[in-house]
Amino acid sequence: MASSRWRIETMRRHDRPERRIAGAFGARFALPIVLAAIAFVGVCRAGDMNTVATGGIKAKLSYCKDCHGPLAQGYDGYFPIPRLAGQQTEYLENQLRAFIEHRRTNNIMFNVAHALSPGMIAALAADFRGLDPKPIGGAPTQFVALGKKIFQDGVPDANIAACAACHGPAATGSGPIPRLAGQLYPYLIKELVNWGKERGQNPTKPDTSAIMSPVAHSLNRSQIEAVAAYVSYLK
Amino acid sequence: MSYVRLKIAVMAIAFSAAAAPAGHAENAAIRNCNWCHGASGQGYTPAPRLAGQRPQYVATQLMNFSSHARDNPFSRMYMWGAVANLSRQTAHDLAAYYATLSPRAANDGDRALAAEGQSIYQEGMPDANIAACVVCHGPNAEGVRGIPRLGGLAYTYLKRRLEQWGEGFHAAAGPPMPGIAGKLSPDQIDALTSYLSFIK
Repeated sequence: MASSRWRIETMRRHDRPERRIAGAFGARFALPIVLAAIAFVGVCRAGDMNTVATGGIKAKLSYCKDCHGPLAQGYDGYFPIPRLAGQQTEYLENQLRAFIEHRRTNNIMFNVAHALSPGMIAALAADFRGLDPKPIGGAPTQFVALGKKIFQDGVPDANIAACAACHGPAATGSGPIPRLAGQLYPYLIKELVNWGKERGQNPTKPDTSAIMSPVAHSLNRSQIEAVAAYVSYLK
Repeated sequence: MSYVRLKIAVMAIAFSAAAAPAGHAENAAIRNCNWCHGASGQGYTPAPRLAGQRPQYVATQLMNFSSHARDNPFSRMYMWGAVANLSRQTAHDLAAYYATLSPRAANDGDRALAAEGQSIYQEGMPDANIAACVVCHGPNAEGVRGIPRLGGLAYTYLKRRLEQWGEGFHAAAGPPMPGIAGKLSPDQIDALTSYLSFIK
C-alpha cells in the first residue's frame, strides 16, 4: 500500500513516462502517426460499422454514468438523478423518445436525448437493463410499513389501486411499466408530485403516462412519501 | 445559606474563567483559517472562499486533507499540515461557522467567455458527452448538502481544481468529478470558471 502510493507520487513528481516519450518523439513521428490514425479510422468506417458504433456507445454510456452513477444506481444531486439500472428497456426507450418529442418536460434530458440515434437508444437501454447494483437507500424508515401496505393493497377508500397490480409484486415493472425497485426516494416523490406537469405534455402525442395520472393525483403527500420510501429499499 | 450562595458565586467565577479560554481557542481556529482564506473567509489566491460554502462539503474536505485523499500540491503543502491536529468536532464547527458568512463573487474571470461558460454549466454539451453542471451543483451554482457551491469562487482556484481532477489528483474522491473534469478541454475550463467567478 505504502510502496504503491510512493510510486504514484514519484511518477507525478518526475512527470509521467508517456509524456516524456511524447515530448522526445512527438516532433519526428507526429505526422506519420496522425496519417496512420486517419487511415485506420477510414478502414474501420468502411469495413466494420460495429467497431465505430461500439466506441460511440462506450463514450455515450460513460457520459450517462457521469450523472446516473457508475453502475447507474442513480445520484442525489441538486436535482435527483434516477436509477436506470435494471430498468425495463421498453420504458427507458419510451422515456428517451418522450424527452425528444416534448411529451416529457425536462430541458437537460431533452438536450441529452436529442443527440442520440435510435440505435444508440436501444443499445443504452439494453446496457442499463443488465446492471443490478444495490439501492442507494437513505429514505426515512418510519413509514416504510405504511408504504408497503399501499404498494400491495392500494387505498380502496381513496380509489387508489395497488401499485403491485401493474408494477409487479417486487416492483420490477414489465414492458412499458417501469421498475420502481431501488429507485431514488427524492426522485420518486418529485415524479409523483409533478406527474401532470412533467408527463403527457404533448397533446398531439398522447402516451402511457395517462394511465398513472389519476393515481398520482389521488395520492396525498404522506402516502407518496411512504410508498416512495418502501420501493426505494427494494432490491 | 450565605455559605451556599458564596460557594455558587465562587463556582460561577471559576466556571467563567474556565470557559473563556475555550471560546478564545475557537476564535483562534477561525483566525488561523483566515490567515490564508482571507478576511471573513472570502478567499485569497490560491486559498478558496469558504464563506457561504456548504458545511457538509467543508467538513468532508477537512477530513479528506486529514486522510490525504485530497492530494493536489497546495493541499499537500498547506492543508495536510493545517488539519493534522484538527478534531472532527472542530472541523464541523468551522464548517458551520463559514456557512453562516455571505459569499461575495470573485469576478476575476474573463467576461467575454462567461456566455459560453453559462451554456456549458446550464446545458452541458451532449454531442461531446459533457454533462450539465447544473444538475448537481444547482441553478445558481449554490451547491447542496455535500456538493459544493461553485458560484463566486475565484477563476484561478476553480481552473486549477478542474485541471487537477483531470490530471488524476484527488481520485480517491471517486465519481463523478474526476471523469467529468477529464473530458473538459482547456478552453471549456476557461469559459466555465469565468462564468462561475461572476455568480453572486
